[in-house]
Amino acid sequence: MSAILKISDLRVAVDGKPILKGVNLEIRQGEIHALMGPNGCGKSTLAYVVAGHPKYEITGGTIELDGINVLELDPCQRARLGLFLAFQYPVTIPGVKVSDFLRHAVSNVRNPERKEGEGLIPMKDFRKELKDRMSEIDIDSEFARRYLNDGFSGGEKKRMEILQLSLLRPRFAILDETDSGLDSDAVRAVSEGINKLHGPHMGVLIITHHERLLEFNKPSFTHVMLAGKIVETGDASLAHDLHANGYAAVRERHPAEAAEEQAVTVKA
Amino acid sequence: MSTDLAVQEREDQDVGVGDYQFGFHDPTDKYVFKSRRGLDREIVYQISEMKKEPKWMRDFRISSLETFFQKPMPSWGGAVEEIDFQNIFYYMKAAANLEKSWEDVPEDIRKTYDRLGIPEAEKKYLAGVKAQYESEVIYGSLQEDLAKQGVLFTDTDSALRDHPDLFREYFGKIIPPNDNKFAALNSAVWSGGSFIYVPPGVKIEFPLQAYFRINSENMGQFERTLIIVDEGASAHYVEGCTAPTYSSESLHSAVVEIVVKRGGRFRYTTIQNWSNNVYNLVTKRAMAYGDSLMEWVDGNLGSKLTMKYPSIYLMEPGARGETLSIAFANNGQHQDAGAKMVHCAPNTSSRVVSKSISKGGGRASYRGLVKVEKGATNCKSNVVCDALILDSKSRSDTYPYIEAEDDQISLEHEASVSKIGEEQLFYLMSRGMTEAEASAMIVTGFIEPLVKELPMEYAVEMNRLIELQMEGSVG
Ligand SMILES: Nc1ncnc2c1ncn2[C@@H]1O[C@H](COP(=O)(O)OP(=O)(O)O)[C@@H](O)[C@H]1O
Ligand SMILES: [Mg+2]
Repeated sequence: MSAILKISDLRVAVDGKPILKGVNLEIRQGEIHALMGPNGCGKSTLAYVVAGHPKYEITGGTIELDGINVLELDPCQRARLGLFLAFQYPVTIPGVKVSDFLRHAVSNVRNPERKEGEGLIPMKDFRKELKDRMSEIDIDSEFARRYLNDGFSGGEKKRMEILQLSLLRPRFAILDETDSGLDSDAVRAVSEGINKLHGPHMGVLIITHHERLLEFNKPSFTHVMLAGKIVETGDASLAHDLHANGYAAVRERHPAEAAEEQAVTVKA
Repeated sequence: MSTDLAVQEREDQDVGVGDYQFGFHDPTDKYVFKSRRGLDREIVYQISEMKKEPKWMRDFRISSLETFFQKPMPSWGGAVEEIDFQNIFYYMKAAANLEKSWEDVPEDIRKTYDRLGIPEAEKKYLAGVKAQYESEVIYGSLQEDLAKQGVLFTDTDSALRDHPDLFREYFGKIIPPNDNKFAALNSAVWSGGSFIYVPPGVKIEFPLQAYFRINSENMGQFERTLIIVDEGASAHYVEGCTAPTYSSESLHSAVVEIVVKRGGRFRYTTIQNWSNNVYNLVTKRAMAYGDSLMEWVDGNLGSKLTMKYPSIYLMEPGARGETLSIAFANNGQHQDAGAKMVHCAPNTSSRVVSKSISKGGGRASYRGLVKVEKGATNCKSNVVCDALILDSKSRSDTYPYIEAEDDQISLEHEASVSKIGEEQLFYLMSRGMTEAEASAMIVTGFIEPLVKELPMEYAVEMNRLIELQMEGSVG
């Protein structure tokens, strides 16, 4: 039976300011969902909250993975449960080699009971796997020795996120604008990467403004977020329509949320 | 974790235990000799007598003792005024002889060094070993081919006996007893330490290692090290130090004197890991002559207070000096460490890279001096100190001093202080690292630029010690 990531009436605030105002979303393993919406509507916030960023205050609602209350877990436990976020802005960790970082990550996620200092996955197997995955998404194997995201270009950072996705094989992955700021070759590489990874065991939520990523990875559901709420859900054609025509029609259909959205931007 | 893939494999076998893993101690009832507590002329005579020293050394000790009594305590650095000099044992001899085979070392002591991994390391990658336990060196070895090439690697007491001329030419010349209060103290009661002579052109590939172990409560360890690297020779010396955890303090106050002659290269690496009750007040100085290279690699972990500023006097044109320093100040610890570079000749260059980490209320200070003497034109000096503070209880300070009497020089100084980033922690945790593991990873990454300079075995050791410091104590 496939697992479900279930977000119900999720309400989130930052510094006392409400950002998410009752988000409902259900993703099954194997499904691809697209999440679209104008800048500032709360897409990244949703992604961070699912991953467990400590800065966000949960003021209501639940997130469950197969009935497990995700909100009680710290980010590390969530990762080990099979959640993954490809960051919109991956951070740099100076002095930490990509290969060392990945080996720790893989060891932890594949052996969720692992404690600090306990054995890592065998070097030989890991090396081979790393090399294979790197060549699949067209990353030079020299990157394994570099420091994590240190001096990487935007495209290299995003590829590094996809590499992690491919090694960690989560049950649910959220890709936060993994295609932004990339040239078309890089977008293709990333899209193909996701396409290869996606299968019956991974549910994906793709946050994007563009269509390219969705061309390769056709969503079964497209959600539109406005002012911290999912206001519409449709199929792949909705994504196409939003891309072609923008959000004006959505705002017209949801005047209450559109008004809140303006209130937010005026205040900001 | 910041070391190479190959190194990582070895780390796997190491499962960390407890906070400070070297806190155990051996019984002391079988000791050959133990001085009474406290310090006076009689104790100094006794030490000299035990060692059957020549008169000049006894006189040197007695006059140094006077200097020690006269000199005021340093008014800067750490809380040295809390040291009770009369509560310390100044000399303890645990074993009757210095042995050439581990099998002949008394069992308790041998087991201690087994636990510290010294005999094993010796087999694998060391050119020679000295093991000092309390006041005396109890074990010594040197690879035969090096001995044949004229390399000397003995304890300092034996050197005084067996190589009196060479010894007397340099002993106390680089750091005279009146240099500072603790140098005077060491000069009065010194015992043990390493003596190394590398003849011209001899290049020693593998490290020479010394290991200093304090075992008793209120022990004072005062080793004295003298190293002479002759023209065009090269060597690498590594020292490690540990002590048991006691409720009252011990004192470690070493003096290390080094001469690197023309075209020589020498690296002195310290990986010190004292227990929390040790005052570590050490004077280290090297003189580097024409076109030579002197490097201090200084890893300071543990101790209650460390005050240590390895210095390099660049004596002739072309001399280069480099100090790489890592300090980790944990709960109850003050690391006041740094470097001193003195440019005495034109066209000399120096570089200092210091990385400090403070955690759990610990305090790390960088204290450094770059001095350029008159006429030392075209000198270059570059100092970089980075501090990482892991929580709001901890503290970091930087005290950089520059004294330049010549202006045709290039001096650079950069300093940065950073806190461990919430976004970095979150990123690593979202990849399955625990908070402790994530912090340890960030810290290991922070010191990686220095650790990668170490030979593989020491890099592994350094990372492992840092991980132990980080373990289980976050969140
Ligand atoms: N960490 C934060 N601190 C303060 N405000 C934030 C933070 N994260 C998000 N916000 C605010 O929440 C709103 C939603 O932001 P975000 O989730 O990044 O939108 P999106 O990803 O849809 O562009 C914005 O008004 C933004 O300024
Ligand atoms: Mg965003």
